[in-house]
Amino acid sequence: MLGAAIIVFRETLEAALLISIVAAATRSLSHRTRWLVFGLLAGILGSLVVAGFMDKIAQLADGIGQDIFNALVLGAAVLMLGWHNVWMARHGAQMASEARSVAKSVQEGRRELSAIALVIALAVLREGSETALFLFGLASGSDLAMPAILSGGALGMGAGAGLGYAMYRGLLRIPLRHLFSVTSVLILLLAAGMAGQSARFLIQADLLSGMVTPLWDTSHILPVNSPVGSFLHVLIGYDARPSATQVIFYAAVAVSILVGMRWARPRRAPTPA
Amino acid sequence: MHIAKFVAAALMLGPALAFSADMDVNLVIRDHKFEPAELKVPAGKKLKLIIDNQDATAEEFESHELNREKVIPGKTKGSVLIGPLKPGKYPFYGEFHEATAKGVIVAE
Repeated sequence: MLGAAIIVFRETLEAALLISIVAAATRSLSHRTRWLVFGLLAGILGSLVVAGFMDKIAQLADGIGQDIFNALVLGAAVLMLGWHNVWMARHGAQMASEARSVAKSVQEGRRELSAIALVIALAVLREGSETALFLFGLASGSDLAMPAILSGGALGMGAGAGLGYAMYRGLLRIPLRHLFSVTSVLILLLAAGMAGQSARFLIQADLLSGMVTPLWDTSHILPVNSPVGSFLHVLIGYDARPSATQVIFYAAVAVSILVGMRWARPRRAPTPA
Repeated sequence: MHIAKFVAAALMLGPALAFSADMDVNLVIRDHKFEPAELKVPAGKKLKLIIDNQDATAEEFESHELNREKVIPGKTKGSVLIGPLKPGKYPFYGEFHEATAKGVIVAE
């Protein structure tokens, strides 16, 4: 049961941290919670469907269907996170100064929130489909009893969600005028890390060359399966043995988003309300 | 924006961009164990690891040393490109059945 809990925890954590960060980043938009929950439910439903078809997906394109699927899901999430950061660069200052009266930009806020809901759905879809496949396997193939599997899964999911919630509460303690800068940096690194991961899927599918593999090896200093290493892996895309291509993807996305944010920033700082 | 183009290009130009492996290496999953548990491969070559999961349940092939992870649904085959490897030992395991599914690739 504990084994199941640990695996589910690991899979849940990535999505939970992402949700906590985007939830904090959109805290002053109206109807935000509704959109977040919608994204979460869509992701859970989608992951059950994907898990059901995983054997079909896996057999596509000569056994690399899943890698392509994962790379695409991650790529789409990176795009949405990049869009979010650019949007925030334009509206963040305004949101921080008139936190209670963003109603006038509801229309714009809606587009932003739909991007956020999509990000959540994609993150949950990716992690959730693997979790579901694992739990299906336990339920059908082993001598573990159903209650043990369910309680293990619930324990792992609860722990992952709990950590995400703790992160959210922590972020909310940051004063509003700094909060959006902090979440923008976190989201930038999260997106860059996802881009690096998507490169890895394309490399292991032999669709891209890794070029130099690995570019560095820090596994003896900070292994990626240590608690700190795996936390950094989830949060900023830390990898102990990345290939050069992964690092290039990481840097390219980080720089693109930064340039987009710089470009979107209002020319003159709005006068404080 | 960048990445979408990159991914799209990679998918479209897949065959052109793919640097196909030097050789295939086969690995079987049966009863939540890898066969063979020790796999000798030549160092310095790009290898296509073909993992044939004969169990009814899914397994996640994972190796921190190889920097690879891939879910292989039950009764399916998946391929993972690895290498070129420096001589050495590269342990791998099945994350869904960590107690029994263990193996090592020895590059020499």
